[in-house]
Amino acid sequence: MKSCLVVDDSKVIRKVARHILEGLDFAVAEAADGREALDHCVATPPDVILLDWNMPVMSGMEFLRALRETALAPLPKVVFCTTENGSAHIRAAIDAGADEYVMKPFDRETLESKLQIVGVV
Amino acid sequence: MIGATLPGGASNAAIARLASLLEAHTGQRLAASRAWRVDIALRPLVAEYGLLTIDQLVARLDAGEDAAIGERIVDAMLNQETSFFRDPGTIEGLIAALAENGVMRPRLWSAGCASGQEPLSLAMTLIGQERAGEIVATDVSPGAIARARAGRYSRFEIQRGLPVRQMLRWFTECGAHWVARPELLAQISYRRHNLVDDPPPAGRFDAVLCRNVLLYLSPTLRARVLDRLAAALRPGGLLVLGAGETVSGQSRHFVPSAQFRGFYTRDSG
Repeated sequence: MKSCLVVDDSKVIRKVARHILEGLDFAVAEAADGREALDHCVATPPDVILLDWNMPVMSGMEFLRALRETALAPLPKVVFCTTENGSAHIRAAIDAGADEYVMKPFDRETLESKLQIVGVV
Repeated sequence: MIGATLPGGASNAAIARLASLLEAHTGQRLAASRAWRVDIALRPLVAEYGLLTIDQLVARLDAGEDAAIGERIVDAMLNQETSFFRDPGTIEGLIAALAENGVMRPRLWSAGCASGQEPLSLAMTLIGQERAGEIVATDVSPGAIARARAGRYSRFEIQRGLPVRQMLRWFTECGAHWVARPELLAQISYRRHNLVDDPPPAGRFDAVLCRNVLLYLSPTLRARVLDRLAAALRPGGLLVLGAGETVSGQSRHFVPSAQFRGFYTRDSG
């Protein structure tokens, strides 16, 4: 069973994502900000991370940079999942090392498709 | 009367009339399992005409006062579900299979292209491999062809099957939509075409993709369309069907490709 860490400060989004991901046979963990997510990754690296952009404490971009500085190998796949839907943001995320990008709002098909693209479904 | 709610579904008589209209225009049958979709599919059109029920829409159709209404109803009833790189690996596998057979500039027909994600996937794959080719994309629905030609996709559509790097490379953000770049669209020639009634586009193709179309046809029409697809392919050319479709028992022109799983090879006859 693959594992996914959902990182989002919205409890509702985490709940929706969890529902979809469990339907796709993922073991799901949750974090409410980048700092919490980083601690989780160091302790229990997931196969893939679904990552919001704007969060308190540590943003998605700050988390991504910090993740890439850890000694984790292999690094989990990172799929941004955010309302920052402009091409400049998307390009910045990819340049920073994100593997895929989901523009909110999302549905099951979109999420499943992106997870297939990064090779975890 | 935008936003009017429908008090109940269509009558059996209206469903039968709509099924007959769909079959006359496209050859497609409205299976009982799809009848429930009619209500959802036609609801926007019912509202647009200021009506309340599908039965009223059918009455408007039969009044014969609006030349376009029949085509609009058919357009709304057609299942135009598609996505970029549908059935992962199929498009890349096809281009690779053609290359293995020495076809470096393939001539491809996307038959039943709906809103155009399939021919664009073919074009992106060819260009990504710095290869040229010719892509003809057809659909029975004029509305679908217009959408495909525009190459304009919602956020939901653009994200289905399309890797984000390809999206950034080949599409331009336009408000809440993403629009295919002109140089990508220029690789494809779009035209309306009825697989059941119209002769295939001129010239022989190296491959035809006809996915999730045949399943809506009667066995007789399915066999007729397969004959036409065979006539459109060069001997040894490849036919690609939907994941749940087969030629088995329906055509003597195709055999499952011994080399490439899921593809059918046109015989040499």
